Amino acid sequence: MERTDAAGVRLGMWLFLYTEIMLFGGLFVLYSVYRHRYQAAFAAGGLELELPLGALNTCVLLASSFAVAAAVESVRRGLKKAALAFLGSAALLGAVFLLVKYGEWSRKFALGLYPGGARLSAEPGGFKAFFGLYYALTGLHALHVSIGCLALGVCWALVWKGAVHGGRLNVLENSGLYWHLVDIVWIFLFPLFYLVA
Amino acid sequence: MNEKEESPGQSYGGLLAVLGALLALTAVSVAAARLYTGPLRAGVALGIAGLKSALVLVFFMRLREAGPAVAGGFLATVLTLAVFMALTFSDVLYR
Amino acid sequence: MSDSFYEEPSAPGQTGWRAWLLTTDHKRIALLYLWVVLFWFLAGAAFGLTARTQLMAHGQHLLTAKAYNAVFTLHGVIMVFLFIIPGIPVILGNFLLPLQIGARDVFFPRLNLLTWYLYVAGGLLAIGSLFAKGAPDTGWTFYVPFSLSTQTGVTFTVFAVFVLGLSSMLTGLNFITTVHRLRAPGMGWLQLPLFTWSVYATAWVQLLATPIIAVTLLLIIVERVFGVGLFDPARGGDPLMYQHLFWMYSHPAVYIMILPGMGIISEIFPVFSRKSIFGYKAIVAATMGIAIIGSLVWAHHMFVSGMSDVAVLLFSFLTFLVAVPSAVKVFNWVSTMYRGSIVMSPPLLLALWFVFLFTIGGLSGLVQGAAGPNVHIHDTYWVVAHFHFVMFGGTGFAFLAGLHFWWPKLFGRMYDFKKAYLGSALLAAGFLLHYFPQFILGLQGMPRRYYTYLPELRPLNFAAGIGAYIMVAGLLLLVANLLLSLRRRRDAPGNPWDATTLEWQTSSPPPRENFLAEPRPPAYPYDFRRGG
Repeated sequence: MERTDAAGVRLGMWLFLYTEIMLFGGLFVLYSVYRHRYQAAFAAGGLELELPLGALNTCVLLASSFAVAAAVESVRRGLKKAALAFLGSAALLGAVFLLVKYGEWSRKFALGLYPGGARLSAEPGGFKAFFGLYYALTGLHALHVSIGCLALGVCWALVWKGAVHGGRLNVLENSGLYWHLVDIVWIFLFPLFYLVA
Repeated sequence: MNEKEESPGQSYGGLLAVLGALLALTAVSVAAARLYTGPLRAGVALGIAGLKSALVLVFFMRLREAGPAVAGGFLATVLTLAVFMALTFSDVLYR
Repeated sequence: MSDSFYEEPSAPGQTGWRAWLLTTDHKRIALLYLWVVLFWFLAGAAFGLTARTQLMAHGQHLLTAKAYNAVFTLHGVIMVFLFIIPGIPVILGNFLLPLQIGARDVFFPRLNLLTWYLYVAGGLLAIGSLFAKGAPDTGWTFYVPFSLSTQTGVTFTVFAVFVLGLSSMLTGLNFITTVHRLRAPGMGWLQLPLFTWSVYATAWVQLLATPIIAVTLLLIIVERVFGVGLFDPARGGDPLMYQHLFWMYSHPAVYIMILPGMGIISEIFPVFSRKSIFGYKAIVAATMGIAIIGSLVWAHHMFVSGMSDVAVLLFSFLTFLVAVPSAVKVFNWVSTMYRGSIVMSPPLLLALWFVFLFTIGGLSGLVQGAAGPNVHIHDTYWVVAHFHFVMFGGTGFAFLAGLHFWWPKLFGRMYDFKKAYLGSALLAAGFLLHYFPQFILGLQGMPRRYYTYLPELRPLNFAAGIGAYIMVAGLLLLVANLLLSLRRRRDAPGNPWDATTLEWQTSSPPPRENFLAEPRPPAYPYDFRRGG
């Protein structure tokens, strides 16, 4: 028997999102403790990060969230070409995010600002903790962005094939929910790392 | 049994407006970080982040239309995290 | 006689191994879990018995200190993550939850199968650690700094636990969605059987708490592999933060262990007292209360760690608070029996032992929860005795009680009662002889996780060892008795115990679709008045 309880599927997806909130939440707890303990060192660490790149990435993800929401609306209205354009843009923006992140990490590595690196090893504990958290949190986040990009790519293919349409869009909606949550995590990571100083 | 999506659709203009608000708030938070050096710096930054997240939750993720179980679960999750953080600070603050 | 789910695979045309390894039938998945969980239980028990034998043979050093550390670590990791946490939910929960709510299956059947494969993978990864860098010797708690520096297979094992956690989390997700969306018409929230309530509450803890340990374990891996240093004081880290994050999950985890067990007990007492459960709503409230308050007490594992006094006081208070709903349940179970018409059976006997042993375990927990005494008994055998009384005397006995209660439903056969009674007696006697002396040993200062001890503690350790072997004999007899029943003909009636919940309104074993006719839930799940 074909069961299409959309509300149930949506509940399941939200339950999964709650686990993601708790997953990042553990790291947020760790961040909050160390920030409280090392206020000055965190400010110093924040100065090392490149605010324009962080702000750019923030805007990139916000725009991609808009694109995903617009894609869902397009599918609902049966506007296949618009949906494909929005989905493609969202995935592309996600890729841009990852490229910028890769660039940021590379520049930090080149400066010796990585665990075990020359510059970081010479800094005090709080500064090291800041960067440990930076890599842990942005790394975990980037992993999620990558998975999200893949999901959006799959959705693009399904829309293109006609497997996802106005009467059957669970996969797209749920991928969208995942993507928005990944955006929300970054909405918090941005001030926590780039606006400390 | 098929359940037809009952919630009304969204307008592209509306969604674009939300994006505009999100980008504006981002600018505000950068400006605030640059200009405001008071004790509530972290609170202001997180407050703006919370506002942005609320916009995404309500308008992009349509949390309200998802029903009381989902909205309740979301609040329960956030509350759980907040309590975990608070209880941890009962140690960290008073060592 | 119509076909049961054994004859009918979940998809047409599935035969042989495909009918099991590719099944989406929650009942078959429950049985797949049963066999693998049984394997891990026996492995964990073997490691435990090995450690106990070492302690029995004081001075003979059957194991080196390092080997002993690996043995108790594996015993802990296997028992906690591969047996007790998953055990009741994935076997009895999977089989019975849809039946109890009148549904055809769980909400996400394929996700259900995935959780089984994740469970198997986690177990294989744990075995893999033995061949990578050798078994870990950190204890199942993987405390830093030792877990970061030890040259054993910690990374492998910790990753195995991560995978097992994912399995647990997804099971919780599935069960929550199932209870919200697939209840039969007429099955409102206050018509749910108490086992279903307990599995539902447990599912929320599985969902929300597991990710915390997931990220913590990832941090251990990242620190070992990349030297990130978030728990290393030399690099600005705080080892106590590891303990906070670890116990933030691992304490709620013990409620993941006990809540389904309590749910089983709540099902058994009404049936064998021929009387409704005393205080259905109170038990529901207590179940949710234990899940919530139990998630707020984790730092009672850290009283002597160097934590602040404020935290010690706060967590001690919360720990005493969580005892209240548990006590409410014990009171209600006993009150169910009062003025009931008692029918003795193996499930009831095991349930009675549960109440006795869990109460002892729970009360001993209060001693630990008091900050002052905690200083004296922390990391001694008192703690070991406490958690074996609640996890083994509690969850373990409840699990056995549940197996004996629902065995005819799962397999369509009844087992031999006499052997069940004898096995239970051996198990209980051996259990008490094995674990009770450990309270005394703890008070006398014997530290846990040591491969040897002071000579004056020999007699009690030796007696405990005797108890261990009697206990294991009882366990083996119980398990063998259940397995032997499978040689009989499949002729158990649909409702051999005259119980009232929906799973007993279908045949034993149930058909593939669970119910031939649309189930009609009674207005109250424990109505024994009509003599049926």
